[in-house]
Amino acid sequence: MVNIHNYVRAESLEQAYQLNQNRRSRILGGMLWLKLGSGTIHTAIDLQDLGLDAIEETQDGFSIGAMVTLRQLEQHPGLNEYTQGAMARSVKDIVGVQFRNLATVGGSIWGRFGFSDVLTQFLAMDTQVELYQGGRVPLEEFARRKPDRDLLLRLHVKKIPGRFHYGAMRIQRTDFPVLTCALACLDGEYRAVLGARPGRAMVLRDPEGLLTGGIDQDSARAYAAWAAERVPTGSNLRGSALYRTHLAKVLIGRGLAELGGITHGN
Amino acid sequence: MEIKLKLNGRAVTGYIDPGMLLIDFLREKGCHSVKRGCETANCGLCTVLMDGKPILSCSMLAARAAGHSVQTLEGLQEEAADFVGFIADQGADQCGFCNPGFVMNTIALLREIPDPTDDEIRAYLAGNLCRCSGYDGQLRGIRAYLDSRKK
Repeated sequence: MVNIHNYVRAESLEQAYQLNQNRRSRILGGMLWLKLGSGTIHTAIDLQDLGLDAIEETQDGFSIGAMVTLRQLEQHPGLNEYTQGAMARSVKDIVGVQFRNLATVGGSIWGRFGFSDVLTQFLAMDTQVELYQGGRVPLEEFARRKPDRDLLLRLHVKKIPGRFHYGAMRIQRTDFPVLTCALACLDGEYRAVLGARPGRAMVLRDPEGLLTGGIDQDSARAYAAWAAERVPTGSNLRGSALYRTHLAKVLIGRGLAELGGITHGN
Repeated sequence: MEIKLKLNGRAVTGYIDPGMLLIDFLREKGCHSVKRGCETANCGLCTVLMDGKPILSCSMLAARAAGHSVQTLEGLQEEAADFVGFIADQGADQCGFCNPGFVMNTIALLREIPDPTDDEIRAYLAGNLCRCSGYDGQLRGIRAYLDSRKK
């Protein structure tokens, strides 16, 4: 358990940012991962009063505050209409409703956790993160960076016309995933995002044009084999690298078949 | 530090350590239905409602609940009484340790989805673990309660 000396409910972003410059301060997200750790936090900074707990939808996209919970993502009609339900599917097996009412999107994205379903799904969309000092940064770039002392304020998702599919392999519902796989076709550009490799999620596109002619059984199979070969996998207690590579091929193949509206032979 | 919140409809004030968890605050205030099971945010035993939503009190600082409304099973006896008998009739509880968390989350489920399907019940209660049963008794009990309401 962490040892917390001071608790501050920040009254402004500037106050939160200044407090967070001390290396022994921590911004609180949902606190679910943080609580499992150890050590001392001099000042725990709570952003709950700063208006970062809403999802705003415009014609062009979504602005999602860092304190929005995973349950809000799951239940937001606009986000789920845009992603054809992939947003809800990506979070629905994360522990339980009570957990998802606490866990925040800011905590999930800032943590850049390898096991993150949330990072996987947001990488499949055209997402930027908005930082207090650092401005807007593409999520793909942010995901590669190491955490610093900035504040994550919002995610911005552009509503590029697209199709989405989300799949993950879990040994048991509510457990961490063995592999996560989000697929998208954004304005004709395909991407496959693989997470829980067990490293953090990474994006693959289609540089060889295997899907240029559209999705049929052959192109889905070819792309799945190509992508699975290029995704670095590792072993941990949930599965071996070899198993994950095999799963990558299966999840991408099945996901593409669904994305393309074709039946697949199981 | 001082915190003020509404607990089961009553205004309460507490003087707490900044790192105190909500579960410990609630137990100090006499809400002994709120219990620790796993301590890793997985079992749902410590479920309470904050501003009407089910949350895990083992993973929340008491300080974060200041200014909010918290409800525990102690304050929801009447609402729970409607359906707990149906669950007991199925022999769902064996040791009974998981029961308060199950009841709290079932209250949240029935408020949010008044007439859930079996799959919706399973999905909503997936974060409540019971190590005695296979969950079938709980499901049958909730189903029997829902069916009784339709008669």
